[in-house]
Amino acid sequence: MDRPDVVVLDYGSGNVRSAVRALEHVGARVELSGDPEVAEAAQGLVIPGVGAFAACMESLRAVAGPRVIGRRLAGGRPILGICVGMQVMFERGVEHGVDTAGCGQWPGIVDRLSAPVLPHMGWNTVDVPGDSELFAGVVGERFYFVHSYAARSWGLRSDLGPIAAGEVAWATHGEPFVAAVDNGALAVTQFHPEKSGEAGLRLLRNWLDRL
Amino acid sequence: MTLAVRVIACLDVDAGRVVKGVNFRDLRDAGDPVELAARYDRERVDELIFLDITASSGSRSTMYDVVERTADQVFIPLTVGGGIRSTEDMDRLLRCGADKVGVNTAAIAEPDLLRRAANRFGSQCIVLSVDARRCTGGMATPSGFEVTTHGGRRGTGIDAIEWARRGAEMGAGEILLNSMDADGTTGGFDLELIGLVREVVGVPLIASGGAGQAADFARAAESGADAVLAASVFHFGTVSIGEVKAELSRVGLPVR
Repeated sequence: MDRPDVVVLDYGSGNVRSAVRALEHVGARVELSGDPEVAEAAQGLVIPGVGAFAACMESLRAVAGPRVIGRRLAGGRPILGICVGMQVMFERGVEHGVDTAGCGQWPGIVDRLSAPVLPHMGWNTVDVPGDSELFAGVVGERFYFVHSYAARSWGLRSDLGPIAAGEVAWATHGEPFVAAVDNGALAVTQFHPEKSGEAGLRLLRNWLDRL
Repeated sequence: MTLAVRVIACLDVDAGRVVKGVNFRDLRDAGDPVELAARYDRERVDELIFLDITASSGSRSTMYDVVERTADQVFIPLTVGGGIRSTEDMDRLLRCGADKVGVNTAAIAEPDLLRRAANRFGSQCIVLSVDARRCTGGMATPSGFEVTTHGGRRGTGIDAIEWARRGAEMGAGEILLNSMDADGTTGGFDLELIGLVREVVGVPLIASGGAGQAADFARAAESGADAVLAASVFHFGTVSIGEVKAELSRVGLPVR
């Protein structure tokens, strides 16, 4: 089998090395790039992200990220968003009272979790829909989370005809929040598959298998 | 509670080698941090901490290489601490593949470092390491615990509980609480210290210092620690990662 070509979007966001290494480990040919044309052309695009929502969106715009995301999804070309790279897919993010527009691929707001201890840091269980392709072989496993903000509701309706509602996986820290979504060409995880040991590597392999 | 109690192994690294004794029969080279990290990963440790205890600045750069090689092979969270003075040091370690960086002395000398680091990298990757000991002699702080530096040899007169609270407020996303009284004794964690810090911080708390047997880890978690750390008892095989997790599970705490 050919090794799928994956671009990890480099827009100045934290530890991207881990994502690159984990994807290589499970068989991808990986390029780290902040070039919009390269990101558009890749078989698969991974959007990492750490830090604040507003700062992430600003850096993402600097590499034409929202346009790249929009064009890829219009053409059905796969994207995997991780952590804040997931959060920016929603309409808005609210952090420290700052309300920032996201990429708006999905309705909904990302805001602060209500829990006694934050950040939500560590290995948590994920409630996965039974027939999930993304989680094939790792249903019931724990994944590594590090975040204080999350999408606490899922607003995409399934009764609107041709729009796929997506498979939504939930986790709980103080309250339930969206832990992962698999929605057509757009898949995202709030946890870090690249830091979730064997379970995370398997999830990345599942994603690569569809490229 | 659904979040697992994290079991963390700490490796003291000097000039690219694990020191303070490691006693694993099946390792080719017990001093190689990368090999040891991979071994703990296979035993399902939840997280790793490399503590850079390099005395000379000349061999500091070997740590970057160790972090890179570890991040290439081990896909669980890695924290690096020891000798970090600036956001530039942090940036370099994070780029090499560290997920979090630990600061101690530099934050005491310059607390604003925590704020600047959190603003630049996000709180989630800034760990404040607090080496606390009970006040003795003429020294006294309101809580009875004092912050120390230089591996507990130097007192600062700063109240350890208040410092942990303030550190979290300034941007530390996690507190690594090390009892200098319990450290190395294998007599159990300082549960009073853990409880006092738990009361004042809302960020994750790692308990360190004093682990001797599996039951000690469970008591630390029951006293309020989100994560439990040990070094030598794991290195010498006194207790295994699996035994600690079995005990945590036995008392009803979630584990991975």
